[in-house]
Amino acid sequence: MSDQDHKIPRTVPIQSATFSNPINAEIRRAAATGIYDIRGGGAKRRVPHFDDLLFLGASVSRYPLEGYRERCDTSVTLGTRFAKNPIKLDIPITIAGMSFGALSAQAKEALGRGASAAGTSTTTGDGGMTPEERGHSSKLVYQYLPSRYGMNPDDLRKADAIEIVVGQGAKPGGGGMLLGQKISDRVAEMRTLPKGIDQRSACRHPDWTGPDDLEIKILELREITGWRVPIYVKVGGTRPYFDTALAVKAGADVVVLDGMQGGTAATQDVFIEHVGLPTLACIRPAVRALQDLGLHREVQLVVSGGIRTGADVAKALALGADAVAIGTAALVALGDNDPKWEAEYQKLGTTTGAYDDWHEGLDPAGITTQDPELAKRLDPVEGGRRLRNYLKVMTLEAQTIARACGHNHLHNLEPEDLCALTMEAAAMAQVPLAGTDWYPGKPGSGY
Amino acid sequence: MSQIDLATTSLRELNETLQAQKGGDNQTAWEILNPRGSHALAVGLDAPIEVTVKGHTGYYCAGMNQQATVHVEGSVGPGVAENMMSGAVIVEGDASQYAGATGHGGLLVIKGNASSRCGISMKGIDIVVQGNIGHMSAFMAQAGNLVVCGDAGDALGDSLYEARLFVRGSVKSLGADCIEKEMRPEHLDLLTDLLTRAGVNAKPEEFRRYGSARKLYNFDIDNAY
Repeated sequence: MSDQDHKIPRTVPIQSATFSNPINAEIRRAAATGIYDIRGGGAKRRVPHFDDLLFLGASVSRYPLEGYRERCDTSVTLGTRFAKNPIKLDIPITIAGMSFGALSAQAKEALGRGASAAGTSTTTGDGGMTPEERGHSSKLVYQYLPSRYGMNPDDLRKADAIEIVVGQGAKPGGGGMLLGQKISDRVAEMRTLPKGIDQRSACRHPDWTGPDDLEIKILELREITGWRVPIYVKVGGTRPYFDTALAVKAGADVVVLDGMQGGTAATQDVFIEHVGLPTLACIRPAVRALQDLGLHREVQLVVSGGIRTGADVAKALALGADAVAIGTAALVALGDNDPKWEAEYQKLGTTTGAYDDWHEGLDPAGITTQDPELAKRLDPVEGGRRLRNYLKVMTLEAQTIARACGHNHLHNLEPEDLCALTMEAAAMAQVPLAGTDWYPGKPGSGY
Repeated sequence: MSQIDLATTSLRELNETLQAQKGGDNQTAWEILNPRGSHALAVGLDAPIEVTVKGHTGYYCAGMNQQATVHVEGSVGPGVAENMMSGAVIVEGDASQYAGATGHGGLLVIKGNASSRCGISMKGIDIVVQGNIGHMSAFMAQAGNLVVCGDAGDALGDSLYEARLFVRGSVKSLGADCIEKEMRPEHLDLLTDLLTRAGVNAKPEEFRRYGSARKLYNFDIDNAY
């Protein structure tokens, strides 16, 4: 036998689970630059989600509706509590707030076109209302944010609803961020900011603090708009029971609850991944708050953060939401992270599906940019058509599930239609673990 | 002169009446009796009318004002003239927190003192305070002018953008990125105009000017590699 045959076996290289390659790469990046990682989008880590729930279709104990023939309604009315003119939507899927600035004017127009064609609403963002957006949105929700960039009473009166943004799921407790590359002349003018600065918005409203003040702020907004339009309060998912209860106490018509998978145009990665609750964990506590106040369905609950399919819509509604909002999914429908741009993603050091440097304004798809040449790549008419189609498919999917569960309206879906695949999802959604009648924390279960 | 008595008229009726006024209407002078600290008084006005409030008000008096001149013969609660676009608001007494917050235009005159966060996030409004102002005033102020004839509290102009701050008295401390700047002739002219419009008898030369050092405008990144 040769010497080589007697080689001593060596330990194979083992990667550390704690100091993984991505973690080490981030340490090296931080050491090189001295600044935290900033990116767009929502949480990328795996968290319990709607995928961990299943519907229990009808059988002997319940009977289904005929899939293609029997009616299954999808309409929802938001703002029935105090507003003279509640918003009536054909489908319970709305477009979440995204700013002109974060998105190109063409992208905002496409969102308006798509939402309007599908009979639903779209929402402004931290940069004011553009004429393109108002003109192409049959129902437009105007966000009232801590920065108050572009805020003015004329636009306020043009809105179909007002959404007071207290927080968002990607960064509850944090303010907006828009880096200099995207502060073009038009964006700077709308926000009264110097061109090219790295804009960091306030995290708190400048003229109210706490729920008692919020009640007076809502009164002021109602007085300015003649009590005509609904007033939403949007919160990031952290303490959903109390935040929902306090928003209702302050006079909200609608509570918008955004989980940690909800996207942002830009913020610190550490914020996105480590602050806030998964969407799944937010819904039941919020619904319980509304039920405890005797206002479930009178104050509507809109849930957002990681809604992608009609199944997600149906599950959110079954858990007690009145509607959902989509942001990231709408951008994907417009063409964000499309494989056709792979060569350009590679040049930016990323790949299809992983592109999240929305703050840099170099989006090959022309959506999260203010570069006129890149922005031209998105045709707002074609984008609007794609979004309409996507919303239509989500609605059909949700109807398919609702009919299979025996319901003639999406709002008749209920927690009893669901079971969970994991203990975590069972605990968060408070529906039984599949094959059992038990979930962690179930009253009387002893756990 | 028309009078609206809040002892017998609802807030909704009051605001609806004032909001319905248009430029060119004959009735331009309005007097509000018994405000009794009401919130959201005379908000969302959009006509060149004169409104006199005979007493103290609560939160957000004259909020989002456009064109109108609102004269408060008393003190005001938090957020007076918040997000004002144009026109004028004159307060005979003191103002609570957030006076003139996020205002885009117009003139706010406070003859007494203003509390904390005066001019927070201001975006073009002119504010003249004859007395003192509290801490964190002009926080993240973006544009416009804040004139203080008395003293300023802690952290004046923290994270300031392009608003100009003029203080005649002492400044307890400056906030992050706020520095004293040279008072050049154009600033004296500007200050003279502001003091005249506010009806204040003070010498511009007695004021000091503060503004942004602009060191927080962009992230500080080590590009050594």
